[in-house]
Amino acid sequence: MIVQALGVRTVDDLSEFGTDPWWLSLIKAVLIFVFLLLLTLFNIWFERRVVARMQHRAGPNKNGPFGLLQSLADAMKLMLKEDIMVKAADRLLYVLAPVISVIMAFLAFAVIPFGPVVDVPFTDRQTPLQLTDLPVGVLFVIAVASVGIYGIVLGGWASGSTYSLLGGMRSTAQVISYEVAMSLALVAVFLYAGSLSTSEIVNAQQRLWYALILLPSFIIFWVSMVGETNRAPFDMPEAEGELVAGYFTEYSSMKFAMFFLAEYINMVTVSAVATTLFLGGWRAPWPLSLWDGANAGYWPVLWFLAKVMMFMFVFVWLRGTLPRVRYDQFMALGWKVLIPVALLWTVAVATIRAMTLDGGLDRRVLVGGALVAVLLFLLLSIVGERAPKEEPEAEEQPFDPFAGGYPVPPMPGQRLPRPEPAGVVPGGAQPDQEDDTARRSATEEGD
Amino acid sequence: MPTAAAASIFPRLTRMDGYYGSYVPVLAIIVVGAVLVTAMFLGNRLLRPSRPSPEKQLTYESGVDPVGTGWAQIHLRYYVFAYLYVVFAVDAVFLFPWATVYAGLGWVTVGEMGVFIGIIAVGLVYAWRKGVLAWT
Repeated sequence: MIVQALGVRTVDDLSEFGTDPWWLSLIKAVLIFVFLLLLTLFNIWFERRVVARMQHRAGPNKNGPFGLLQSLADAMKLMLKEDIMVKAADRLLYVLAPVISVIMAFLAFAVIPFGPVVDVPFTDRQTPLQLTDLPVGVLFVIAVASVGIYGIVLGGWASGSTYSLLGGMRSTAQVISYEVAMSLALVAVFLYAGSLSTSEIVNAQQRLWYALILLPSFIIFWVSMVGETNRAPFDMPEAEGELVAGYFTEYSSMKFAMFFLAEYINMVTVSAVATTLFLGGWRAPWPLSLWDGANAGYWPVLWFLAKVMMFMFVFVWLRGTLPRVRYDQFMALGWKVLIPVALLWTVAVATIRAMTLDGGLDRRVLVGGALVAVLLFLLLSIVGERAPKEEPEAEEQPFDPFAGGYPVPPMPGQRLPRPEPAGVVPGGAQPDQEDDTARRSATEEGD
Repeated sequence: MPTAAAASIFPRLTRMDGYYGSYVPVLAIIVVGAVLVTAMFLGNRLLRPSRPSPEKQLTYESGVDPVGTGWAQIHLRYYVFAYLYVVFAVDAVFLFPWATVYAGLGWVTVGEMGVFIGIIAVGLVYAWRKGVLAWT
């Protein structure tokens, strides 16, 4: 019945929200915190176990069943650690930065729908499983993510360390670049849903998930959400080989734990946003949706969680598989691929949608057009393959390994002088090998 | 239902209340978050040792004594990307409301937004040709 009631709701009817009494809102807010803290503890364990499995290790398995309490033990350890604030730090901003980071991370979850309207236990009250909804819900999420960057950039700046500053700057440039791609990818979703409110977008996906009809948007969103959360392979702000630990180099104890917490919550947040906008939110996936009760009561929380964990697994999988990309390649991917493609895709979707609204576009025309586009793309990529863009051969320059008094690696066009390894004669391995074979055959005979 | 009665008498007022009412729970999150952060800091203060020394409070610089301050000059390209971000973020913010009302407006609005995106795209192509997008 609830599902039917939801089905006939008109666009942007958010009358169910903002009617909760204050105690219910407070309970929901506290539940969101409990949910996110527990999920973070679980996710850290999950990530370590899955990466360990991918690397043929055991992973944490001592504390608690399956090592589940490992993250809790780590958090307690961080709590007991001395809090070192460097002399060079700007004291106020240094303390404020992790606070901004962590509160903003929680804030985005205010508009994420966990489920439909349900009965509150022990009362006769009904409430949606969502803290609140705003007519500009998704914009709110994007805005909160932007404010969250302040935590990173201020933390990097206030530490008074070059590594932190570079990490903070990199992170900012990265997050703002990918946020553009992310927002542009979302326009197609709004075109179809006709609303920015998260609950309305979930309702609009009753029949079909937007991940299926708006696949390019989904892919762009997925790539940019990895960049947005500073996760491998896009974790240049924390590249330990270059920047020690990036923006939280100088942070220790609880403040470090807060940055850590914020990072993991941000992963859950972007996963939840992706679930809401592209995978039908809390709605049950296909075989389950045949069961009438699947989209009612508290069950949807389970489907929602399963979809979020699917994204989390891919985060971990990417980390276990891909090496870190170079920063210039990363920025090129964002600005030269994702953003132009997102712009083109937005125009294409607007046109197709206008045609559909205009009087119905023949589905065969649409499929045919898509086919032609795919063929064209393949043809272009093959043609591009045939004539690869040659990098201009840089003129060989003499390589000075101590240019400017510091040891430096060779630049493009310079070659590292390779010293001949001493004592190796070409073909010198031959007699040894013969010797070896002879010895082996001798032992075999001996056996 | 009292809300319904109020809505019939003061439709606009109640609606305003409803609109801003949906923002109040956002405040609840901030309040609970502030409580959580305070609890974390307090617990930390009670549990942690505190034995500062001049060596500990040095900025980390891979084991050697730090040279100068950490507030180094930053390459200009960060600034350029911040500019580009403003352009495209505003672009996206214009696109969002357009996308929500688009269904009722037909082809004219598609054309208008096409022109808008076209101008933005020309800007992107210009930045590209200028070599600004290359992170050198």
